[in-house]
Amino acid sequence: MKIFCIAEAFILVFALLLAVLRSLPGPVFFPVRALAIAYADFFRGVPTILVIALLGFGAPALAIDGIPTSTTFWGVVSLVLIYTAYVSEVYRAGIESVHPSQEAAARSLGLTRGQALTSVVLPQAVRRVIPPLLNDFIGLQKDTALVGILGSVEAFKQAQIEVSADFNFTHYLVAATLFVAITIPLARFTDWLVARDRRRRLAGSLA
Amino acid sequence: MSLLKIEGLRKSFGKLEVLRGIDLDIAEHEVVCLIGASGSGKSTLLRCVNLLEPVDAGRIMIGDEEITARGVDVNRIRRGIGIVFQAYNLFPHMSVLENVTLGPRKALGTPRSTADTEATELLARFGLADKRNEYPDRLSGGQQQRVAIVRALALKPDVMLLDEVTSALDPELVAEVLNVIRELAAGGMTMLIATHEMGFARDIASRVCFLDDGVILEQGPPAQIFSTPGEPRTRQFLDRIIEAGRL
Repeated sequence: MKIFCIAEAFILVFALLLAVLRSLPGPVFFPVRALAIAYADFFRGVPTILVIALLGFGAPALAIDGIPTSTTFWGVVSLVLIYTAYVSEVYRAGIESVHPSQEAAARSLGLTRGQALTSVVLPQAVRRVIPPLLNDFIGLQKDTALVGILGSVEAFKQAQIEVSADFNFTHYLVAATLFVAITIPLARFTDWLVARDRRRRLAGSLA
Repeated sequence: MSLLKIEGLRKSFGKLEVLRGIDLDIAEHEVVCLIGASGSGKSTLLRCVNLLEPVDAGRIMIGDEEITARGVDVNRIRRGIGIVFQAYNLFPHMSVLENVTLGPRKALGTPRSTADTEATELLARFGLADKRNEYPDRLSGGQQQRVAIVRALALKPDVMLLDEVTSALDPELVAEVLNVIRELAAGGMTMLIATHEMGFARDIASRVCFLDDGVILEQGPPAQIFSTPGEPRTRQFLDRIIEAGRL
């Protein structure tokens, strides 16, 4: 749960940054956009477990001074790298769903492009993508189990230890229950948000 | 001296040339109505004046400053030019008050308390005091458009551009918006108005310009344009409007 929360916080911030970079207009920002696209394509294409194994076993093995050797640290870094790519795509869909006339209205009031983005475009974009964001966090919550291969003790790893001690596989069931106990409420919360959003929009169209 | 001066303005979207050399001079306190068929370039002209669209050729002057010159701070220019859109374009995630104070607070750096007080006064002036804390989707189209007008006025612009502000409204809501514009005109606001409301244009305009295919084909006082238009195209356009019962 700790791994999940820490990773989550970084992902929310980095992904938004990446999405904004990717939506910068004009030829001047082409290199920035290209890098952002390359990043998203790469980390969405690579299996999570591969990145975790590579960083988790590889980075500490380099034995460079000043590089953390904690496997949990590298586990979190891997998850952040991967999920930032996914979540930035979600944010981007949100940004693109805000009609250009909204930005035009903000700019017509003398707001700069940055002010229009932070005051008008992003607040609407983020609100719209909360359900898909939560969807990705359900996935993240599950993928924290992969960090276990590095030896960090999360629920699955703990279960493995118990199973090998007494050959009683109910520990896996307990671990599974633990994951589901977190993901199901998250899923229901997502449904509730989607339903609320739809109700609001319907109310809006009747007004 | 003219407040807004447009010279030889040209604008294309791809191969489509929408404005083909517009010359227009607007004096302070003048109300100029742009009439013409959809696609004649009315909206594009207004968007160019607000610098929402870069122009291809020609220039636009506000007072004696060329706003289409290179290196001009577009944000500063836009603060002096209010624009109201056909589709209101209110910010749906903000209350009416926040919609109105966003410009002053962000673009002018007005402190929130001052901006709130000024916005509340403006809203009250246009009969929207009780809607202060509502969100746009709780308002009628007429109320939303009035809020949009107040939002533009909150920056105390020198000139207002109105882009078919009643075209998206139910007929019974048109009057409340037109009355707001009449009040602005009575208060001496300089305005450039693109409109399909011919009766309104006849009442309010100091001058009417007929736009056809990207040029101002004919302009003059409303009495002259509406009763004795010189150009056959203008007559044809007005005949069709009369046929539709809109004049």
